[in-house]
Amino acid sequence: MNPQNYLYLAALLFTLGASGVLLRRNAIVVFMCIELMLNAANLALVTFSRMHGNLDGQIMAFFVMVVAAAEVVVGLAIIVMVYRSRHSASVDDASLMKL
Amino acid sequence: MSTLTTLAAETSTSTGEAVQFWILAPLAVLGGLGTLLLRRAVHSALCLAGTMVLLALFYLANGAYFLGVVQIVVYTGAVMMLFLFVLMLVGVSAADSFKETLAGQRWLAAACGLGLGLLLIAGIGQASTGSFTGLAEANGGGNVEGLASLLFTRYVVAFEVTGVLLTIAALGATLLTHRERVERNKTQREQAEERVRSGVQLPPLPAPGVYARHNGVDIPGLLPDGTPSELTVNPTLRGRGQVREVHGQALADLAALEQRTSAYQGRPSPAGPAPRGTALGGAAAPGDGAVSTDAEEARK
Amino acid sequence: MESLIGLLVAAPLLGAAVLLLGGRRLDRAGHWFGLAMAAVSFVLAVALFFDLLDRAGEERTLHQHLFSWVPVADFRADVAFQLDQLSMTFVLLITGVGTLIHLYSVGYMEHDERRRRFFGYLNLFLGAMLLLVLADNYLLLYVGWEGVGLASFLLIGFWQHKPSAATAAKKAFVVNRVGDVGLSIAILLMFTTFGSFAFAEVLPNADSASEGTLTGIGLMLLLAACGKSAQVPLQSWLGDAMEGPTPVSALIHAATMVTAGVYLVVRSGAVFDAAPDAQTVVVVVGAVTLLFGAVVGCAKDDIKKALAGSTMSQIGYMMLAAGLGPIGYVFAIMHLVTHGFFKAGLFLGAGSVMHGMNDEVDMRRYGGLRTYMPVTFVTFGLAYLAIIGFPYLSGFFSKDEIIYAGFSKGGTEGWILGGVMLLGAALTAYYMTRIMLMTFFGEKRWQPDANGHEPHPHESPLTMTVPMMVLAGGAVAAGFVFDAGESFVHWLEPVTGLEHGDSPVSHGQVSIAATAVMVLGVAGAWFQYGRRPVPVVAPTGSLLTRAARRDLLQDDFNHAAFVQTGSYLTRGLVYLDHKLVDGVVNGTAASFGGLSGRLRRIQNGFARSYAVSMFGGAAVLVAVTLLMRAV
Repeated sequence: MNPQNYLYLAALLFTLGASGVLLRRNAIVVFMCIELMLNAANLALVTFSRMHGNLDGQIMAFFVMVVAAAEVVVGLAIIVMVYRSRHSASVDDASLMKL
Repeated sequence: MSTLTTLAAETSTSTGEAVQFWILAPLAVLGGLGTLLLRRAVHSALCLAGTMVLLALFYLANGAYFLGVVQIVVYTGAVMMLFLFVLMLVGVSAADSFKETLAGQRWLAAACGLGLGLLLIAGIGQASTGSFTGLAEANGGGNVEGLASLLFTRYVVAFEVTGVLLTIAALGATLLTHRERVERNKTQREQAEERVRSGVQLPPLPAPGVYARHNGVDIPGLLPDGTPSELTVNPTLRGRGQVREVHGQALADLAALEQRTSAYQGRPSPAGPAPRGTALGGAAAPGDGAVSTDAEEARK
Repeated sequence: MESLIGLLVAAPLLGAAVLLLGGRRLDRAGHWFGLAMAAVSFVLAVALFFDLLDRAGEERTLHQHLFSWVPVADFRADVAFQLDQLSMTFVLLITGVGTLIHLYSVGYMEHDERRRRFFGYLNLFLGAMLLLVLADNYLLLYVGWEGVGLASFLLIGFWQHKPSAATAAKKAFVVNRVGDVGLSIAILLMFTTFGSFAFAEVLPNADSASEGTLTGIGLMLLLAACGKSAQVPLQSWLGDAMEGPTPVSALIHAATMVTAGVYLVVRSGAVFDAAPDAQTVVVVVGAVTLLFGAVVGCAKDDIKKALAGSTMSQIGYMMLAAGLGPIGYVFAIMHLVTHGFFKAGLFLGAGSVMHGMNDEVDMRRYGGLRTYMPVTFVTFGLAYLAIIGFPYLSGFFSKDEIIYAGFSKGGTEGWILGGVMLLGAALTAYYMTRIMLMTFFGEKRWQPDANGHEPHPHESPLTMTVPMMVLAGGAVAAGFVFDAGESFVHWLEPVTGLEHGDSPVSHGQVSIAATAVMVLGVAGAWFQYGRRPVPVVAPTGSLLTRAARRDLLQDDFNHAAFVQTGSYLTRGLVYLDHKLVDGVVNGTAASFGGLSGRLRRIQNGFARSYAVSMFGGAAVLVAVTLLMRAV
């Protein structure tokens, strides 16, 4: 088997995550889908690392994890705030930018 | 560990890894689909956690031992727990409606997703080489040591910056969820005054049935003029239509009974409605009745 | 003596400034001040006149250079005066008649509460008119030209509370603007051709320019003259101008201002002499106006409008004579002066009649006034005899000279011009006799005025009759004085030049013919208005009569030709503006608005919607990247 299959898997998972972001209204699930996309990217990075024979890809994946952790912390805090004030976690409810 | 190192060092994957991939990859895709399609957020979270564990296995298979462990510890352990924690906070039982509210959103999203996926796959297919280097050499001094030497030499600045980023994120989260108290606590006296001013019923509500000579909670108490007081009956009973009326015929029966009792006991008969008035007035403090009427009028 | 020229102009201008800026405290004596200023002017003019007489014929030209108005490199516009025989004649006429009419106005405007202002305007007019005839260059002449236009506008509209007066003033102003454009173009042409405005530099060098240029200048000058002198085709304003007070009609619209056009043509004689085509046009304009004015004068029942038609006609004579070149210049000016006397006298007489008849102007409501207003009757009658050319009165001399000059043109043209002028003379006799008979003879046809007051005709006060008597004296005697030893001809000859044409008829024959047609005209009028009673309500009359009552449809023509065309053009432009210009602008705005309205829907505020766009964009980028690699 060629490690490229991992890349196909990563593409598939990334697409699933993207579709989730577009389709789900619950902000928490949207967040989870974003995590899925990040993880797919990480898988791709790890696979690249293996294919090219150096560790830089893994370093990148590591940084992605760190950043994702920070993002989750802030994002969830925002969701909690929004939920407190609106009693809803639906992304469609926060549509004040429309006419 | 050494086996895995050997496997990763090969220029083509072993059969074992292929078997592992073909078993786990569909499961990972299923996990992703579950995240996307399950109505309850908790189920989505569990599916995602499963996918992440599978991904950790893939990392390990790809020779990224450190990342594999971190994936399990940080993602599955910490991040997903954080998700679940917030889910509990927000309400775990609520199921999302899948009815699409935005016109065309679903089709557009499907088109985008499919298009992006196809393009990515096409791009990967186009860039395929058929051979790969493997990590045997890079992982020669150990995966963690290799990562560390890179992280603390070439990527040290980025590493420091991510540290700062994490600190700031922690601060930000604290700040976002923290509520500053801008005024001092109210004293007990102030609370009491506020309650009186708000005009709600302060003393206990009048008891039901007492003045109508019935103790049942479904009988309204009568006011001094003989009309039933709504305050005396639980609103729930009224809402169900289970309140028994005591005025009208019931009052007449009562008066007759009272007269018979008087005649039987040889006491002088009270004439007209006055005895009822005294009977009621004697039992109820006038103030209570006044409060009730006031409250009723206020409600009207 | 030269310095007196500036003073001559300054006196009435000072009067105007004092009266117009002085305010109400001058109301009581202001008119006397205005009269005094006019009289000062006249005295100075007489002094200058005698000074000129003392000199030899060729040296009778005085110059006064006051200051350089606009000195810019080669461009020089000076405020400088030139007094020669031609100017002197005008100055005497203007100040003399002007002073008399100031005096007359003292009586005529006695009950008008804005009398001070009236005298201020009159003084302004005098100053501007003197500036016009004394200027030694065309630019300063233009200033005076516009000044008299302004004074004329102010005075026609003096009773501005009457809508008709206000409208008439506006009409006069607008029509005069057409002529003034001609004058300004002529001046600009002169400047580009000769590099100067001064008479001394333009006129002697007229031959050096091409004939086409000179014809252009001449025609533009003629346009200006037509506007100011109410010649066809710009004559329509004069009849309406009679809305002004009668002294104004006498001074401005009979004796002086309307003759400014003749002055301009005679002054620019060198230009016209070198441009025969322009001269021919001048003659044609004069001939047409002569008949036009006479026909209109025959039909009008309003005494002042009839006299206005007469004025037009008489100025037509002058214009015709001026168009004849050196044969006619002198006689144009001579007729101008005699006309100044008798026409001013006629207008003052008309004013006197109106004064006695509650401001009634309809001659059909006069009749039999000779016994009530003997002085007016006699002075008016003398002026009447003078204008119809009664032998040995002033009109007889001046008009006969012009008719003779017309014959002197020679050939067929001479016969045509002479014939036209004889016809005009007959018409003059006819309409003047008509006015005379309807006003002073016949039975009384007086009607109460709008307020129900019966008229009580009475003779006017001395301030009014004295000027009339003086003017009547002038009308009678001027001809004698001018003709005695051909004094007037010799006086003017050094300026205008004089030639004797080749006349197929003799002087005596012309006089006999003119007298004969005069008798014919008088007789015709007597048969129509003397023998039969005059109907109080005008009969419908023939087509020609009705047309003449409407100024020979001049206003209708103007309306159809200019006003209608203009309004159609305007409407067309407005339509274009609305449909095309606004259409493009509004269409652009509307299309952008519509587009925005549609694009706006994209911004629905839903984060997921934006996310779709984002992913779509990302997908497109990936596709492009792949495509670029593939290519």
